[in-house]
Amino acid sequence: MNSARELVGRVARRFLLKRTGEMSLGRRLFWQDTLWAYLFLIPPIAILGVFVFYPAVRSFILSLYDWNMISPVKTFAGFENYWKLLHSPLFWKAFWNTCYYVFGSVPITATLALVLAVVLNSKIRGRTLFRAAFFFSYITPTVAAAMIFRWIFNSQYGLANYLLGVIGLPPVKWLMDPRFSMPVVIFFSIWKFVGYQMVLFLAGLQNIPQEVYEAASVDGASAWQRFWYVTFPLISPYTFFVVLTSMMFAFRVFDEVYVMFPGGRGGPLNAAMTTMVFVYNEAFEKWHMGYASAAALCLFVVIILLTAIQWRLRKRWVFYE
Amino acid sequence: MRTWHSAPRATRTETFQLEALWQRRRLFLYRASLYLLLVLGASLMVLPFYWMVTTSFKELGEALRMPPTWFPSALRWENWVNAWSSAPFGRYFFNSFFVSIVCVIGEVLTTILAAYAFARLNFLGKEAIWWLFMVTIMIPGEMLLIPNYITLARFGWIDTYWALIIPWIVSVYWIFFLRQAFMTFPRDLWDTAQLDGCGRWRFLWKILVPNFKAAIAAVALIKFIFSWNAFLWVLIVTNSERVRTVPVGLSIFSSEAGIYYNELMAASTMAILPIVILFIFSQRWIIQGVMRTGMKF
Repeated sequence: MNSARELVGRVARRFLLKRTGEMSLGRRLFWQDTLWAYLFLIPPIAILGVFVFYPAVRSFILSLYDWNMISPVKTFAGFENYWKLLHSPLFWKAFWNTCYYVFGSVPITATLALVLAVVLNSKIRGRTLFRAAFFFSYITPTVAAAMIFRWIFNSQYGLANYLLGVIGLPPVKWLMDPRFSMPVVIFFSIWKFVGYQMVLFLAGLQNIPQEVYEAASVDGASAWQRFWYVTFPLISPYTFFVVLTSMMFAFRVFDEVYVMFPGGRGGPLNAAMTTMVFVYNEAFEKWHMGYASAAALCLFVVIILLTAIQWRLRKRWVFYE
Repeated sequence: MRTWHSAPRATRTETFQLEALWQRRRLFLYRASLYLLLVLGASLMVLPFYWMVTTSFKELGEALRMPPTWFPSALRWENWVNAWSSAPFGRYFFNSFFVSIVCVIGEVLTTILAAYAFARLNFLGKEAIWWLFMVTIMIPGEMLLIPNYITLARFGWIDTYWALIIPWIVSVYWIFFLRQAFMTFPRDLWDTAQLDGCGRWRFLWKILVPNFKAAIAAVALIKFIFSWNAFLWVLIVTNSERVRTVPVGLSIFSSEAGIYYNELMAASTMAILPIVILFIFSQRWIIQGVMRTGMKF
């Protein structure tokens, strides 16, 4: 390390002395900075170039071809992949399921998380423990957690059906029933992400100055009024951030669906087929690389649209002091 | 006069007292119900883990019994042994630890260097490169899956550790976060250090890094969890147990385990255990790290 440093220093000095003999100190520092900075930035630039920028372009080009990964010939197909995609009932089914998942899980999770954050932001005993209990599910491996849910929602031996029986409800075939397969995934997602969103909201709540609450209390605002007229508007930037980024990530749901519905991978009647599962099946089971790329790009368009909304509406929806 | 005045005053005090009492009672009821809800919610959150652990100790017959038992009648460690030996979990765990630790070291190093460059150095093309970096945050990794797979296949990296490590040791998100942190460091100290002949490299490692240990630890911890939990990418770029990590191994084991849910739950517990231990020891840091950065992984 040391000798490398010296070498760099020597090269830099020689280079700079030769070229900048009469340069001012400021300019010399600037060029030294430039040299160091690019040395520091070699790994990120190389990796982002190879694994982000290049594939971003490549993925579009790929979507215009018919290619199965093995054959040396790639046939140019133009927009045929997209055309096929838009006429594929399975793709639309997957897209619709993904929307169902996103709009089913994100609003509920965010609402619960906000309530939890408000409660756990007040000074109550054992709040660290509560926070930990709510947060822990978030950092567990999705695969292992989904395995537990597969077991709990087993239609014959699962805990869920037993608990239903205790309340006097008939058993449900959960993961085998197209009506219930997506709700189970949504339930899983709420369970998994509520603690994460709670922590984000907690970060937001801690930025609200305590005086605002004191002022509201002096004016005789009830707890509910304090929440609705003080907390809610002041936390809106966070709500906005949490909901939109969560949606962006929810559109990419894969792991839990892949684990909970093994074999067919789309659940009964493809009721739990999501866009990413569709992409995975097309690309890495059937090796339709072009077609799968086109599907992935469609998902990308949706996510970029959400990002655009986030940027455009940031100013309008958000309350600033 | 005095008596006339004092009478209503007394009742007023009484009313106040009554009201205060009533309010205190209401507050108590409110608190009690709040606690009840919290405890219920927290139990619901923890219940799946409880169910996982208890199932992992049950005998198969007991695990499948209806109505189920809330406590295993005996602690059957054999399930754990069976699960461990019926799939190459030793290898999976080694791979997971190896890949996660190397990823953490790699990412912490690249992140510190890049964040330092953006935070403190004034260089040619800084703005342009910064924006190029920021653009990548918007590109979802899922979109890059297929072309990256093809690239790795061309490199001959499929089913090697390279594929699990190299694409994952740079995170623009963390560069951004650490740069923000580094920028809070007083400019004067930087100037003084420079005047004292402290070079850029020395300044970074002797002054900047020790001052931001907490932020760097947050990066490392969250990165470890992220690496440990990674699934889709590992699923795609590996095809033998040689390099497969625990989540993929678990998912393969689940198709072999069939009805042996007790063993499957034992394997799941094993997969979660390292995260549990990490969480117990660094709970505050992890939660605060997520709080401060909003990192989604």
